[in-house]
Amino acid sequence: MEKKFVYADNAATTKVSKEVLDAMLPYFTEHYGNASSIYEMGRYAQKCIEQARETIANCIGCKPTELFFTSCGSESDNWAIKSTCERLALRGKKHIVTSVFEHHAVLHTCQALEKQGFEVTYVPIDEFGYVNPQDVADAIREDTAIVSIMFANNEIGTIQPIEEIAKICKEKKVLFHTDAVQAIGHVDINVKDLGIDMLSISGHKIHAQKGIGALYVKSGVPLLNFIHGGAQERNKRAGTENVPAIMGFAKAMEVACTNISERMSKITAKRNRLIDGLLTIPKSRLNGGRDNRLAGNCNVSIEGIEGESLLLMLDHYGICASSGSACTSGSLDPSHVLLALGLKHEVAHGSLRLSIDDSTSDDDIDYILEVVPKVVKRLREMSPVWEDMVKADPSLKY
Amino acid sequence: MQYSEKVMEHFANPRNVGEIENADAIGEVGNAKCGDIMKMYLKIDNGIISDVKFKTFGCGAAVATSSMATELIKGKPIEDALKLTNNAVVEALDGLPAVKIHCSVLAEQAIKSALWNYYEKQGIDPKPIVGEIGECEHCH
Repeated sequence: MEKKFVYADNAATTKVSKEVLDAMLPYFTEHYGNASSIYEMGRYAQKCIEQARETIANCIGCKPTELFFTSCGSESDNWAIKSTCERLALRGKKHIVTSVFEHHAVLHTCQALEKQGFEVTYVPIDEFGYVNPQDVADAIREDTAIVSIMFANNEIGTIQPIEEIAKICKEKKVLFHTDAVQAIGHVDINVKDLGIDMLSISGHKIHAQKGIGALYVKSGVPLLNFIHGGAQERNKRAGTENVPAIMGFAKAMEVACTNISERMSKITAKRNRLIDGLLTIPKSRLNGGRDNRLAGNCNVSIEGIEGESLLLMLDHYGICASSGSACTSGSLDPSHVLLALGLKHEVAHGSLRLSIDDSTSDDDIDYILEVVPKVVKRLREMSPVWEDMVKADPSLKY
Repeated sequence: MQYSEKVMEHFANPRNVGEIENADAIGEVGNAKCGDIMKMYLKIDNGIISDVKFKTFGCGAAVATSSMATELIKGKPIEDALKLTNNAVVEALDGLPAVKIHCSVLAEQAIKSALWNYYEKQGIDPKPIVGEIGECEHCH
């Protein structure tokens, strides 16, 4: 077997595409003016930023004035939640509704607010990785300042019933924020149609560079300053604009938000082949439902082995992937997402996330399906846990 | 978090993997819940550890420390194996990331647990010889 390089960790980050890089390059050495400067080169930078803002706004169906550039998805999440909470606390609203399986950018923000006296209700997910809108409705109280539920989960790719949740929030007159970092470019998102008040997105998950994100805030929803200083981003977020990153982000959004359903159906076919192939491994399971799932996401648990060892061995074969095992996070517990699904610790430790995209070929899928079972076999041969499982059920011999 | 080349080498080519049939001693430490289990098999002839094998469920460091620990005690008298510390395993591997030190503790405990089993089987109280095998701080 010839060693290949297969990047299957697109949910972690993506390669900057050629077209994005081309869109960025002139802004490093040619149009490098500060967008706040009065002269032609500055005015030109300002004009380009506003065009980029319009492009991105069109992609998500909002007005350019409703879009604020940030440095990343985490910043957007922090800004949306902290701003709303700080503002509404003054009116006695000190309660947040979120879910148990949010990204840490949301979870840790909520935990920080808990220390400041906010109360947080973490709605559960079902065994397939979906939030029940009724649970959100039941969690909302008179003093709820914000509801924040992710659009699609970063580990298991499950797409949440955002429209229904947004409708509930509207009825109950509570602001609704969604972290759409994983969903953008993979799912059609129109914030007006869906009734979303605030939405976080990031560039590097859709082939733009790292370090650029945006926050959509519906007009009429007050937004507190996040960084004090200059008048950038309509006085809300100071700091000289990262013009090349913004230009690249706009190009990436333009590409990612075009022909989504056509592109995703191709990726889904490959992804399903990947899932079906991996599930032929005895004592393996798919984490998260298969329907309403991001096209490129495959997350399986393979019993009797530990995730970090699996990743290191896959790396040896040139395959880049990730895991929800505790060892890969440096913490004691395996992924909070997998535990929230109801997985036992020992099963969660043996998880593998492969996230593919448009560039993943059928050959890549074949290669992964050839390597993973081989590596699993090797790890199981040295696993006392697997040994016990085989003793209990000799038919497992693998 | 970066592994040393030695850790990666032992992970990729672990020494002494497997089981020993009719082993003179078997020790097992850790638990699957916390993500690491080490099982150590010893063959002991005239007080010398003539063969050692291991099976490990765990991360790269868990496999590498198991592998290194078996190398360090193979062919050695029991007394030497009892003196093996986790620090010696870490040093032999050119260091471990701080969050992985507990793996080396498990390796030390796996050997002690096997030797505990060895004395117990012979009706000798292991405690004065092997000493207390502490709980892994990581797991408890």
